[in-house]
Amino acid sequence: MRDAHRPNIIVIGNGMVGQKLLENLVEAEVHKQFNILTFSEEPRPAYDRVALSSFFSGNRAEDLSLVPEGFFQQNGIGLQLSEAVTEIDRAKKEVCTEAGNRYTYELLILATGSYPFVPPLPGRDRKHCYVYRTIEDLEAIAACGKQSQIGVVVGGGLLGLEAAKALKDMDLETHVVEFAPRLMAVQVDEIGGQLLRSKIEALGVQVHTQKNSKEIVDGNQHLHRINFVDGEHLETDMIVFSAGIRPQDALARQCDLALGERGGIVINDHCQTSDTSIYAIGECALWQNRIFGLVAPGYQMAKVAAEHIAGGSAAFTGADMSTKLKLLGVDVASVGDAHARTEGARCFNYLDEIKGVYKKVVVDAKRERLLGAVLVGDAEEYGTLLQMTLNDMPLPENVDSLILPHYDGSGMTGLGVDALPESAQICSCNNVSKGDICQAVGSGATTLAAIKEATKASTTCGGCTALVGQVLNAELLKLGVEVNTDICEHFPHTRQELYHIVRINNIQTFAELIEKHGKGRGCDICKPAVASILASCWNQYILKPEHSQLQDTNDRFLANMQKNGTYSVVPRVPGGEITPDKLIAIGEVAKKYDLYTKITGGQRIDLFGARLEQLPAIWEELIAAGFESGHAYGKAMRTVKSCVGSTWCRYGVQDSVSMAIQIENRYRGVRSPHKLKLAVSGCTRECAEAQSKDVGVIATEKGWNLYVCGNGGMKPRHADLLASDLDDQTLIQYIDRFLMFYIRTADRLQRTSVWLDNLEGGIDYVRQVVCEDSLSIATELENDMQSLIDSYVCEWRYTVENEEERKRFSHFVNSSEPDSGVQFVKERGQIRPASTDELQQIPTQAIN
Amino acid sequence: MTLKWTQVCLLEEILPNTGCCALYNQMQIAIFRVDSSEQLYAVQNYDPLGEANVLSRGIVGDVNGELVVASPLYKHHYSLKTGKCLEDETVQIQTYPIRVENGRVELGTVSSH
Ligand code: SRM
Ligand SMILES: Cc1cc2nc3c(=O)[nH]c(=O)nc-3n(C[C@H](O)[C@H](O)[C@H](O)COP(=O)(O)OP(=O)(O)OC[C@H]3O[C@@H](n4cnc5c(N)ncnc54)[C@H](O)[C@@H]3O)c2cc1C
Ligand code: SF4
Ligand code: FES
Repeated sequence: MRDAHRPNIIVIGNGMVGQKLLENLVEAEVHKQFNILTFSEEPRPAYDRVALSSFFSGNRAEDLSLVPEGFFQQNGIGLQLSEAVTEIDRAKKEVCTEAGNRYTYELLILATGSYPFVPPLPGRDRKHCYVYRTIEDLEAIAACGKQSQIGVVVGGGLLGLEAAKALKDMDLETHVVEFAPRLMAVQVDEIGGQLLRSKIEALGVQVHTQKNSKEIVDGNQHLHRINFVDGEHLETDMIVFSAGIRPQDALARQCDLALGERGGIVINDHCQTSDTSIYAIGECALWQNRIFGLVAPGYQMAKVAAEHIAGGSAAFTGADMSTKLKLLGVDVASVGDAHARTEGARCFNYLDEIKGVYKKVVVDAKRERLLGAVLVGDAEEYGTLLQMTLNDMPLPENVDSLILPHYDGSGMTGLGVDALPESAQICSCNNVSKGDICQAVGSGATTLAAIKEATKASTTCGGCTALVGQVLNAELLKLGVEVNTDICEHFPHTRQELYHIVRINNIQTFAELIEKHGKGRGCDICKPAVASILASCWNQYILKPEHSQLQDTNDRFLANMQKNGTYSVVPRVPGGEITPDKLIAIGEVAKKYDLYTKITGGQRIDLFGARLEQLPAIWEELIAAGFESGHAYGKAMRTVKSCVGSTWCRYGVQDSVSMAIQIENRYRGVRSPHKLKLAVSGCTRECAEAQSKDVGVIATEKGWNLYVCGNGGMKPRHADLLASDLDDQTLIQYIDRFLMFYIRTADRLQRTSVWLDNLEGGIDYVRQVVCEDSLSIATELENDMQSLIDSYVCEWRYTVENEEERKRFSHFVNSSEPDSGVQFVKERGQIRPASTDELQQIPTQAIN
Repeated sequence: MTLKWTQVCLLEEILPNTGCCALYNQMQIAIFRVDSSEQLYAVQNYDPLGEANVLSRGIVGDVNGELVVASPLYKHHYSLKTGKCLEDETVQIQTYPIRVENGRVELGTVSSH
C-alpha cells in the first residue's frame, strides 16, 4: 500500500513495455520498498498492441488487456489513466501532469513508446485522416469505414499492410501508397517485395509504389483527393497514415536528456539515460544508436531495468529483429541480414512464381554460417533458419536443401534441435531459452500444454510452437522418458491410431479390433473409447448387443447415473427454444414420475431421480410430446446455447436462435472423444458466451465469426478466432471440418481446448487444415460428417420402440421389484436422494 | 457344508460381457457373464465405496490379467474372483458360487440345516 515514507518510482507510459516493467518490479519485490506510480495518456491500462488488428475481427478492448485481474490493487501500484505527464523537473526530481498535479520521484522510467509519423503534407489534418496505433484510432477507423467506399493507406511497410487488411475486411476499395520502389522495404528484398505485391494485388488491394504524395485536397466524387508529385492523383473517402514510427521523446527533449541525432532517448546497457536516476525502455529508447520497433527487445529492456533497480547488474545486449508475419494472408519472414549487407555475403534463392513462394538464404563468405533469410509465401522454415543464424550453427553440406522443397516427403532437413546451445532463445515473445524448456521437462512437464504452462513459451504469437515441440520431444528422448501414449494395457496404440485402424480396416466391432490389434479382454478405459470411435465412424445404434457391453453405464442406459443409482433424463431443447406446450409436457412427465426438476447450465431441463425401470416409459411420453434424446449422457454433442438474437433483441445483427437450432439439429448425436458444447450469439455482446465453447459462433454485420476450442469447466479457456464474417454455408462447412478433424485426431477424453494446446502449430495449423485445406482432406471430412448426419436416429425412440431393448431396463433380472436401496426425501417441494443417516436399513448390506 | 443351488435366471438373458442383478432372499446379487461362454461370476450388487446398488451395471474387463468389474459410480475395480477392490486393499465385496445347468443360471448358497 501507498506509504508516505517510501520514495516514489514513477513510470511514464503504461504500454506494453511499461506494464512488463511493473510486473518485473513486482517479481523483484521492488514494490515493497518503493511507492510505484504509473501514468498513461491513454484511457485504459496496457493492452496488446501487437494484436491490435484483431480488434477488427471481433476482439474487444477487454480481450486485448495485458493486465492481470487486480494487478494494481493487489500490489499497491498507483495507476492514473488519461493523464499525460507534461513536464519533468530533474533538479527537483519532480514530474508535472496535464491536470497540473506534481509528484516527486526517486527513480523515473520513461516508457513512452513511439508515435506514428505523418508526412508533412498539406491537408494531412483534414477529417477522416487517421493513424494506426491505439484502440481509439481503430474505433475511429471502423466508424468511418462504415460510411466510406474507398480507403487509402499511406505507407507500404508492415503496419501499412496490416491497416490495408483492416480496410479490405471492411469491404472498402483499398489502396496502398508507398514512397519506396517496393513493399516492406525494411524486411524483404527486391524479389520478395515483388512477389508480395503480386500476391496482395491478387487479393484486390491496389498497390502504388514509388509514389510521392504532394498534398491532400477536396475530391470530386469522394472526400479527398491525394495529388502525387508525378502529377497523378487518387480519390478516397478516408486515409490511414502508416509511414513509420518515431520515438516519443518529447519529455526527454523538454528536460534535456541526451537524444540521438534522429531522436530516441539515449540509454546505456542498464537502460539508464544520461541522468542515472532516469531510465528509458521500449520504443522510445535508443541503444547504440538503434531503436527497436518490436515488443520483444522492449521486454528485455524492461527486465534489465527492473533488475538494475533491484540492485542487480543485468545488461541489455541488443536484440534480434527477425520477424515472421502473416500479412493479408501471406506469410512473410525476415531473418538477420536479409539484405546480404555483410562483406562477402552470398545468397541462395528459390522462386516459384506459380505457387507464389520465394525463399532466400544469406551465408557468409566462407559458406560456414547462415547470416539471414527472406521467406515469402511459405515461412515454415523460419524457426529453423532463425536458430541457425542466432546460434552460429554450422551449415548443412548442401545449403540449398534449407530452402528447396522436399518432394520425397522427408520434410525439412530439420535443425536437429540437439545442436542448439542451452542458451538458444526458442520463444522470443516470452524470452524462453532451450535450457528453460529442458528444465521444465526435467521437472515433469512432458506435454506441450504443460510446457506452455510452466514456461509461458508459445503463449503469445505462437510462432515458436513447432520448435518448442521439437525441443520437448528431443529432450524426452534424451531423458529416456518413455512417453507411453498407449490407450491402456490392451492396445499398444493411441486413440488416434485406433481411429485410423478402425476406419481404414473397416472394423465394426470391439471383438474384431482387440483380436487383431490388441490383447486380453479390454477394460473400462478402452471399451468406451472404442465404442466412441465406432460410433464416430459408423454411427450404428450404440446398444446393439456387440456394442452395448462396451458402454459406460450412462451410454448403456442412455441416461446419467446419479449418486444413488438412479438416472437423470435430459430431452434435447435445440438452441434452448421451447414452446409452452412442450414445457407443460415436461412438467407433466416430471409430476407423474415424481422427478426432481432443474434448469441446467446448458439451457435445457434435467429431470432427476428416475429409476432404471422407469426410463423407457418416461421417454415414451417425452417422445410422444415431440422430444428427442439430449445425449446428456454421451461423449457427444451436447447443447447449442443461443441468445435471443435479432428477432427480439434491439442489438442483434443476425438470427442467432435459428442458427443455433440449425447447428444443434445438424450435429445431434455425433459422438466424439469428449463432450462438445456450442453456442451462437446474435451480436458482439455475446450473451450466449460462445467464446467459452468448443465451437462458438458470434454474429457480425456481415455474417458470422467462428471461434473454436473454448472451455468452461475446470480450466477455462477463451476460444480462438478461426475465421470471420462467414456466410451461413461456409460457417457450417468449417464447423463440419473442424469437428471431424478433432474427432479424428484427439486423444480420449480430450476436450478441444486441451487438444489445441497440445497441437503442434496451434490455431494457425487448424486454420490451414480447416479453412485453407492444406492437407487436402476437407472434402473427406465433410463427407464423413455428412454420413454421420444422414445416419442419425434418436436412440431413445429406437429403444422404446424395441421390446427386446426395453427389457434390459429392469433393476432385477428375475423380479420387477424396484431397488429398495433407492430412497428419497422431500426438500423445497421436490424429491432428493436420502442421505446415509436418513436411509432405511438396506437389506443388501446385511449379506456382508 | 453343502451348497444349495437355486435358479435365478437363464443364461440367454445375460448378454456376453455384461452383468445383471438377481434378487435372492432380499439380497441383490450382481451376476457377470464373461465372453460368450458359460463362465459366470457372482458378487454383491452394492458398491461399498459408491454406496449404491449398481455393480451389475459396470463394465467387465481385465486389469493385469485379473478379471474385474469397474463400478459405474467412481470406477473402482473389484476382482470378480476374490471380491477385492484393486484401488483399496481394505475393501472387499462378497462373492457367491454360481453355475450354469442346461442354460439355467444357478446361485449357490450354504444350506443351513
Ligand atoms: C446438469 C448439469 C448441471 C446443472 O444442473 O446445470 C451438469 C451436470 C453434470 N456435469 Fe457439467 N453439467 C451441466 C453443465 C455444465 C457446464 C455449463 C454449460 O454447458 O454451459 C459446464 C462448463 C462448460 C464446459 O463444459 O466447458 C460443465 C462442466 C462439466 C465438467 C468439466 C469439463 C471440463 O472440460 O472441465 C464435467 C466433468 C467432465 O466432463 O469430465 C462435467 C460433468 C458433469 C456430470 C456429467 C458429472 C457426472 O458424471 O455426474 C453431471 C451429470 C449431469 C446429469 O446427471 O445430467 N460438467 N457442465 C448441466 C447440464 C447441461 C446440459 O443441459 O446438458
Ligand atoms: C498495429 C501494430 C502492430 C504491431 N505488430 C507488432 C508485431 O507483430 N511484433 C512486434 O514485435 N511488435 C509489433 N508492434 C510494435 C509493438 O506494439 C511495440 O513495439 C510495443 O507496443 C512497444 O511498447 P512500448 O511500451 O514501448 O510502447 P507503447 O505500447 O506504445 O506504450 C507507450 C505508452 O505510453 C503512453 N505515453 C506516451 N507519452 C506519455 C506521456 N507523456 N504521459 C503518459 N503516457 C504517455 C502512450 O500513450 C502509450 O500508451 C506493432 C504495433 C502496432 C501499432
Ligand atoms: S448477444 Fe447481442 S443479440 Fe444476443 S441477446 Fe445479447 S445483446 Fe442481444
Ligand atoms: S515466439 Fe511468440 S509466443 Fe513464442
